[in-house]
Parts: sequence; structure tokens; C-alpha cells
Amino acid sequence: MVLDRSLPTTRLSGWSRYPVLDCAVLPVRRPEDAAMPAGHPVIARGNGRSYGDASLGVPTTLAMRPLDRFLAFDEATGVLSCEAGVLLSDIVDVFTPRGWFPAVTPGTRFVTVGGAIAADVHGKNHHGAGSFGAHVIDLDLALGDGRIVTCSRDAEADLFLATLGGMGLTGVILAARLRLQPIRTATIRQTTHRVADLDGALERLAGSTSTYSVAWIDCLASGASLGRSVVMDGEHAEPEELPAGIADPLARTRRRGKTVPFDFPALAISGPTVKAFNALYYRRHRNGTGLVDLDSYFYPLDALLEWHRIYGSKGFLQYQFVVPLAGARAALVRILGAIAEARSGSFLAVLKQFGPEGEGHLSFPMEGLTLALDFPASPDALALLDRLDDLVLDAGGRIYLAKDARMKPALLAAGYPRLPLFRAVRARHGLEDRFQSALSRRLGL
Amino acid sequence: MSAATPPRSVLVLGGRSDIGLAIAHRYAAGGASVVLAARDPADLARAATDIEIRHKVSATVVPFDAVDPDPDRFLDSLAALPDTVVCAVGLLGDQTRSEADPAAATAVMEANYLGPARVLGAVANRMAARGTGCIVGISSVAGDRGRASNYVYGSAKAGFTAFLSGLRNRLARTGVHVVTVKPGFVRTRMTEGMPLPGPITAAPAEVGEAVYRADLKRRNTIHVRPVWRLIMLVIGAIPEPIFKRLSL
Ligand SMILES: Cc1cc2nc3c(=O)[nH]c(=O)nc-3n(C[C@H](O)[C@H](O)[C@H](O)COP(=O)(O)OP(=O)(O)OC[C@H]3O[C@@H](n4cnc5c(N)ncnc54)[C@H](O)[C@@H]3O)c2cc1C
Ligand SMILES: NC(=O)c1ccc[n+]([C@@H]2O[C@H](COP(=O)([O-])OP(=O)(O)OC[C@H]3O[C@@H](n4cnc5c(N)ncnc54)[C@H](OP(=O)(O)O)[C@@H]3O)[C@@H](O)[C@H]2O)c1
Repeated sequence: MVLDRSLPTTRLSGWSRYPVLDCAVLPVRRPEDAAMPAGHPVIARGNGRSYGDASLGVPTTLAMRPLDRFLAFDEATGVLSCEAGVLLSDIVDVFTPRGWFPAVTPGTRFVTVGGAIAADVHGKNHHGAGSFGAHVIDLDLALGDGRIVTCSRDAEADLFLATLGGMGLTGVILAARLRLQPIRTATIRQTTHRVADLDGALERLAGSTSTYSVAWIDCLASGASLGRSVVMDGEHAEPEELPAGIADPLARTRRRGKTVPFDFPALAISGPTVKAFNALYYRRHRNGTGLVDLDSYFYPLDALLEWHRIYGSKGFLQYQFVVPLAGARAALVRILGAIAEARSGSFLAVLKQFGPEGEGHLSFPMEGLTLALDFPASPDALALLDRLDDLVLDAGGRIYLAKDARMKPALLAAGYPRLPLFRAVRARHGLEDRFQSALSRRLGL
Repeated sequence: MSAATPPRSVLVLGGRSDIGLAIAHRYAAGGASVVLAARDPADLARAATDIEIRHKVSATVVPFDAVDPDPDRFLDSLAALPDTVVCAVGLLGDQTRSEADPAAATAVMEANYLGPARVLGAVANRMAARGTGCIVGISSVAGDRGRASNYVYGSAKAGFTAFLSGLRNRLARTGVHVVTVKPGFVRTRMTEGMPLPGPITAAPAEVGEAVYRADLKRRNTIHVRPVWRLIMLVIGAIPEPIFKRLSL
């Protein structure tokens, strides 16, 4: 392997700040910078919002943020062509006032288009809209040998399907064409339902006819309250619903900082504080319908800019799994039981029902229930996650690679049955030696 | 002088520079049409399209090399003389190379003083004839006091700073205004890989904002982060017998 001696190394990590590795970072300013053979494995990094080690290239990480230009926009159809380093927040800033919004958005707007494709991210509308990749028309991919190919469902389809959710391992996404969705206001009509237990939550999520639907779940509640949740449904509001006197229904209200529903306790994250926090959060929410602005509905955490710091410098562990619908309830009872027993609950545990499986060979979503959790990084938490892995495996589920830093490798093949297809594409195009990340090496992807 | 009306057009010399491009975006956000001038215009086509999509203004690219001895030919090639002309051309160079190789030193002197002064001088004559306009020169705090680590660059910036203040003085009684920008550290291609101290390092967008405000408010000399005024005051106050022994 040739090392980039000319490039200084930087301490890099994902959003959870675990693990932290020394990487040589090469900024990609022009498409050509990423297209040329590097002579050793590289991986693209977007905005570093994946939690674990997916965006860490050892030795070399290609920084994609400088490649951030809009290339074309069709005001009639909402089709946007842009470079891969464009942030979703840029798309929201520029196109919301013109009546267009990303068809799918994750819980933070500070992700790049390339990162959203590579993780085939999902949003609160997955049950109806599918994942991010479903709205990608085509993309330009640099294969690391000088070639740049445009792939889509019709051209180079094998590369396209391996790239959606492919975690950067099929090449460098340089640009993409996406379909945005039309909106008429920058407001969401949110309906909140407090549900007393898991059955209530599952019933609400399964029966949801809302465009957006997600539940916050108190994973420290046990016994009869196991699974108590606050389910939040959302619809894009129509202009007629807005209070009179609003000049422009598409104008965003910028209330940075005030959109946080409450202050995070500045205490160490320990069992009792988390328990108190969860109980408070549950009580703070009232049943009912109200209007909220886009940012507070979709991106509540973005208002706390560097929120990962609340976990301290040791970082934390994110854990998100999905289990198939059949048997999901039993699996969740066992998993929530194990978490409550370990008393190492999570501030923000989010439960959602996914719609049908995505197209990408390694796309995370499949029809079933998904739960996302976070824990301060510690030996206890690692041991708990190993136990949860077994429960997820038993239930026929899978772990989200964009959030992973430690999963048991056995879970990979079991959870992702199309892994052989993915590997075949990598082999066919000679990509195995050109694209590797700390994640791909750890899991032998 | 009171605040001017927002400029309707801007020309950015050195349009490929991170700072220049950020300035172009800020003017475009204010409704100005944009002309980006650079040595490699093909590479800038995407940046111009991006400006058009984001800000719904027209953006074009023209070829420009600051070492060209005839700036009038370049200015004649433009469709019109814009309201504001920004010069972001610059070259940090490598100080040790500049010490050993006169050609390398000359390139630094040309890119930071000779080229920018020559073209802005020609722009000034045209703006003075028109009676309106704003000229923005991106100079540097490195020109405030020569230091061993970058005095070739610094001396050229010093010349440029003096040129801009002279120009401002000459044009003070016309409607033409001159802004000198001493940005302090900025995270750009020029400073890539350098260990810059966070609190005194600006993002290019901050420079864009500061320049735009300085244009509207007719400011004379600006530092992007105000702390730089203080830092340079201290550096300027150190007596030469001590200063010459420091490594800064
Ligand atoms: C607060 C928060 C909330 C989140 N909510 C959700 C959510 O609701 N749903 C969800 O699905 N995810 C969610 N995520 C995860 C996040 O959306 C994904 O990890 C996303 O991939 C991050 O994008 P990024 O640009 O930061 O990419 P990075 O984290 O930098 O990289 C992620 C992966 O994409 C690859 N990649 C990046 N750019 C390119 C490129 N140009 N070409 C090829 N590969 C590339 C990298 O190699 C890496 O494998 C959340 C994250 C945070 C911090
Ligand atoms: N970054 C800082 O910390 C900092 C601090 C103080 C002052 N400055 C000044 O800010 C300005 C912009 O710099 P930057 O930081 O944005 O760095 P940059 O991206 O390197 O910009 C410098 C630009 O100058 C252009 N240039 C050099 N010689 C030229 C010539 N002969 N003709 C035409 N263009 C020429 C370069 O053109 P090409 O793109 O064709 O190479 C480049 O776009 C410079 O004047 C710099 O000295 C920067």
C-alpha cells in the first residue's frame, strides 16, 4: 500500500465521536480530483453525520463537501441536479421558498446528498415514500480508475443498486439528479398521541394514514408501562390552515435555539437522569393537533448544534435495528426488557414502522419496526449491545451500518441477504481494492 | 457617507478563489448580477450556474489573468462596467522558495501587488469618469509588518494596501469608494493543511458578509474578525530591536 506522505493526517470520527482514527484527508474540489486512481484504498466522506466509522478512510478519506454546486433545477418538475457535497440544508434553504422540499429527509438536515444516497437514508415518511434512493433518478459515480459512469435503473443498473445504501464502497458519487416534492407551506400540522404502552404504540404506527409518523419511546419504562410512547404524526399544512396575516406561507420562521422543546440536563448521563428526563418528556407532550414549522418538526436536534457533546469526549454509541413485522412485537418486548434491565437507557429512542424494502442491495429499511437508541460509550454499553445483537439476529432483523461502530460480523450476512449481490458488483468492477473504510474492514464487507 | 443602494452588479477578479466566490454569492444574494473573472474560466462554469440557481441572478465567467500588462483590453471586453469590482487575486507562495528563486518571488509580487494594482487602477479611472462605483481590494494583515515567515507576500500586500489607501484618497471627492480588506486567517485553499487557530480564523462566507456590508456602509478598511485589529495593534507596537528576534 502506498501512503499519502504529502497529506497531513487528521483525527477523524463520525458524529458519535467513537471511534476516532488518524486519516489523511484529501479535499475534492473538482470531479477529477476523485476520479483519478489513488493507488490505495480511499473512502468518500460527506458531512460526517454517520455515527460510527463508515466515513473514515484509512489511510485516505476524500472530503466531498467542497463539491457543493447546484447544476440544474427544473421549476416545473422539481428535478434537481447537484454535486454530491451539497447539504440537504442548502436544498431546504434554497427551495422551500420556491415550494419544493426533499422527498425524504433524515432527522438532521446537515447531511450531504452523497451521504444520503450512500446510506439510502430514511425519514418519517418511509412507510409511504420509501427511502432517499427511491427519489434519485441517476447519479455520476467515479470508479477510482479514471472512469466516471452515469448510472440509473436503466444504465449500469447493477452499480446503481449497489450504490444506494452502499456506504461509499462502490465508488465516489460526484453528482445526482433527485426529485423534490412540492409543498405549499413551510408548516407542518402535527398530531400528538400519548400512548401508555407498546401495544398502543404499535397499533398507532401500523394504522397511520399520515404522511409522516414516528414515535418517541421511553425505553426505561417497564412493567405495564413498557413501551409507553409519544407518537407524532405530521402533514404538510395547506395555506388555508395558517393563521391570517402570514404574508408568505413558504417563508421559514428562523427561531434557532428556541425550537428545542426543553433544556437538556447538564448533568452526567446516568441511569437516574435519563429516567427523569424520559418521564418528563412523556409528560410534557399533550394529545392534540397543532402547527409547527418545518425545522422543529423534522430537525429538532439541529437546533442544538453540537449536541453530541452532551455525551462528553468519550463519545457514545448509536444503535438502530429493524425487525420484520411478523414477530416484531415479541422481539421489541425482549429488547426493551433487556435495555430497561441494564438501566442504561437512551435519551432519544425513536420507533418507526418502515414500508416495503428499498432497492439498494445494502439498503437498511425493510418492512418492519425500527428502533434507534443511543448510549454513552462504555464497556457496559458494548456488552448490552452484544446482547441486543443476538436478539435482533433471532428476530431476523438487521443493524443500520450508518450508525454502527461495533456490531458482531455474523449479523451482517444474516441481516443483509443481498450481500452476495453487492459483493459481486464490487468484484465485477474491481472496486474491492479501491474503496475501503474502517467500517468495511471491520466487518469484512 | 450614508449607506449606498445595494449594488446591481459585481465583477470578481480571482473568481475561483474561495474568498472571491463567497463574496460573489453574497452580492448575488443581495440581487446583484455576477461576473467571475479567472484564468481557467471553464472550471468556473459550474460555480456560475450554481449562483444562478441559488440566487436567481445572472452569472457569467470571463477569462482574466492579472499578469496581463494591458488591463484596458480586459475591461473593454466586458459588457458593462459593474457597480462594484472586487479583486481577490493573490498568491501566498512559499517563502523559502521566494528567498532562493527570484522567479518565484516575482510571481508572488506580481500576483499580490503588480497585477491587482494595475487592473484596479484602470477600473478606478473608468469609475471616476462615471462618477459612481465601489472598488474592493483583498489585501492582508501580512502587509502591516514584514515577518521572516512571509515577507515577500507581506511586502507585496503592503504595496497593495498603500495603493488602495492612495486610491481612496484620490477618489474621496468623487462618488467612487474604495474598501481595503485585511481578512486575517481564512480557511481556504490557500491555507489548506495549515494549523489555523479556530477563534481567529474566519470562514469565506464571513468575508463575503463583511465585504458586502462594507460596500453598503462605505467602510474604508475592514478586518473580518474584529480581534485582528487588536492583534495587529500589538504586533505593530513591538519595538524593532525585540521584533527582529521573534519568530512569528
Ligand atoms: C442527528 C442525526 C439524525 C439522523 N437521523 C437519521 C434518520 O432519521 N434517518 C437516517 O437514515 N439517518 C439518519 N441519520 C444518519 C445520517 O443521515 C446518515 O449517516 C448520512 O449518511 C450522513 O450523511 P453525511 O453526508 O454526513 O455522510 P458521512 O457520514 O460523511 O458518510 C456516510 C456514508 O456515506 C458515504 N458517502 C458520503 N459521501 C459520499 C459520496 N459523495 N460518494 C460515495 N459515498 C459517500 C461515506 O463513505 C459513508 O459510508 C442521522 C444522523 C444524525 C447525526
Ligand atoms: N486565506 C487567508 O487566510 C487569507 C488571508 C488574508 C488575505 N487573503 C487574500 O485573499 C485573497 C483570496 O485568497 P483565498 O484565500 O481565497 O485563496 P485562493 O483560493 O488561493 O485564491 C487566490 C486566487 O488568486 C488567483 N490568482 C493568482 N494569480 C492570478 C493571476 N495571475 N491572475 C488571475 N488570478 C490569479 C487564483 O487563481 P486560480 O484559481 O486560477 O489559481 C486564486 O483563485 C488573496 O488575495 C489572498 O492573498 C487570504
